[in-house]
Amino acid sequence: MALGLLKSAFPRAGAAHLPDRPSLKPSYDVVIIGAGAHGMAIAYHLARYHGIRRVAVLDRGYLGGGNTARNTAVIRSNYLTEESVRFYRESVRLFRELSNELDYNILFENRGQLTLAHSDSDLRNFRWRAEVNKELGVRSELVDLAEVQRRVPLLDCDPAAHYPVLGGLWHADGATARHDAVVWGYARAACRLGVELHPLTEVTGLEVSGGAIRAVETARGTIACDAVVQAVAGMSSEVARLADIDLPIHTYPLQALVTQPYKPVLTPLVSSPRWHVYIQQTSRGEFVIGGGCDPYPLYQTRSTLDLKEALCRGITQLFPFLAEANILRQWGGITDMTPDYSPVMGHSPVDNYFLDAGWGTWGFKATPICGVTMAELVASGQVPELIRPFALERFYTFDQVNEAGATAASH
Amino acid sequence: MLLIECPWCGPRDESEFAYGGEADISRPIDPDALSDAEWADYLFMRSNRKGENREIWNHQHGCRRWFVVERDTVSYAIRATFPMDGEGRSP
Ligand SMILES: Cc1cc2nc3c(=O)[nH]c(=O)nc-3n(C[C@H](O)[C@H](O)[C@H](O)COP(=O)(O)OP(=O)(O)OC[C@H]3O[C@@H](n4cnc5c(N)ncnc54)[C@H](O)[C@@H]3O)c2cc1C
Ligand SMILES: [Zn+2]
Repeated sequence: MALGLLKSAFPRAGAAHLPDRPSLKPSYDVVIIGAGAHGMAIAYHLARYHGIRRVAVLDRGYLGGGNTARNTAVIRSNYLTEESVRFYRESVRLFRELSNELDYNILFENRGQLTLAHSDSDLRNFRWRAEVNKELGVRSELVDLAEVQRRVPLLDCDPAAHYPVLGGLWHADGATARHDAVVWGYARAACRLGVELHPLTEVTGLEVSGGAIRAVETARGTIACDAVVQAVAGMSSEVARLADIDLPIHTYPLQALVTQPYKPVLTPLVSSPRWHVYIQQTSRGEFVIGGGCDPYPLYQTRSTLDLKEALCRGITQLFPFLAEANILRQWGGITDMTPDYSPVMGHSPVDNYFLDAGWGTWGFKATPICGVTMAELVASGQVPELIRPFALERFYTFDQVNEAGATAASH
Repeated sequence: MLLIECPWCGPRDESEFAYGGEADISRPIDPDALSDAEWADYLFMRSNRKGENREIWNHQHGCRRWFVVERDTVSYAIRATFPMDGEGRSP
């Protein structure tokens, strides 16, 4: 057999997707801090749709090594407020088309998501969300126990359970995708258009004068620039502090785990606010299980036995067969939590310094719409309608977008 | 599981305690005299430091009293705990 044929049968892993790290130029039009999915999506949209290609994306670590690599990839739009539903609805729509947009398979799967009701108040709350969702064209409906059982046959629906299942919120638009592929796809497409990706380049200072951003100091030297976007998730407060910007953010770890693989038995994503746990089966067959944040702020990605026990306690109540499962991997990421469980996007008190922060435990699903809206903001200076409600100013005008109830344990 | 020293009860399991936010933020004496921005600062803006922090904690499943904790948000280390008025047991 010809050697060439062998070669193409076994392509070299990770071959030539991304250029080597270039040397740092003295100036760029736009510097993006954070090479997570958000930072790369914003860079891609600047280059592809706004003709802004002198863009450097800086990361203290490696491409997509932050929460992008650590999240459990729940994609949904069944929020409670009109502002959020409109915003996440558009993101889910963009996710459906993302493989084509990037010419990169992100393994998007429209599985549907089921949130379990364990009390009458859950049912009333879900009815409310379903009505808001339907009004805005998002597919959500309240379903009874029989329908829950039909969709998730392995769920323990014993009425004598500790918290019996009464029904659920069925969200047909709920989905998942390969989280790493999303950031790799955006990065490849952005770099092909001339965007520079600079891993191992920590931002250590921000130069502000006359109320505007002038330069970014990094461990590899200082870069002059016209505009900066910070998209650093759990590090939001620390990076904003470099420009003297106060944020209403607390950094909490969020942990997750994954079991050994099983044959495919669970199609939808399932979550239980009461047990503070959620689950999905990956296309590899493993069960990904997540829940709530650590009980106090930390800048640490360590796993703790307390949290892992809580996840296992909840999930084995819902799916008793998982008591036999082995845990293969466990991890944590640091999340930037806001008081109203909505992001902080848009202008900052410093001119030409833009915020993409406060993504907490729910920001992966917003990646495509962040790319679109933040790039438009940077390019035009105008705040797109969809993200107007998420401005930092809302905390000064008391116009919070409260999604605490629709976010807990569902992400 | 951490051991946390309640200034009144002594060392107890972390699970007995609740984190209550950053310390040294006092409620404005005359809120009506504040601008919206000042009130919002008091309510929402926090320093959220990586590293050493001063916080208030409550011994929720114990004496139920509030106290101050000096804690490192990277290493988990608790450097000192003391009563709200700064008096009492030294670290
Ligand atoms: C366990 C877990 C589960 C989650 N599950 C979901 C989910 O199911 N669905 C969902 O929608 N969301 C989920 N999230 C939230 C989601 O992961 C984040 O909101 C999202 O990934 C944020 O994207 P990002 O690109 O802004 O952040 P990141 O991917 O964290 O990127 C930020 C980057 O900034 C870099 N950085 C930080 N400081 C500096 C500096 N000083 N200089 C240079 N670079 C710096 C970091 O190295 C990092 O790579 C989850 C999070 C966790 C931790
Ligand atoms: Zn006590």
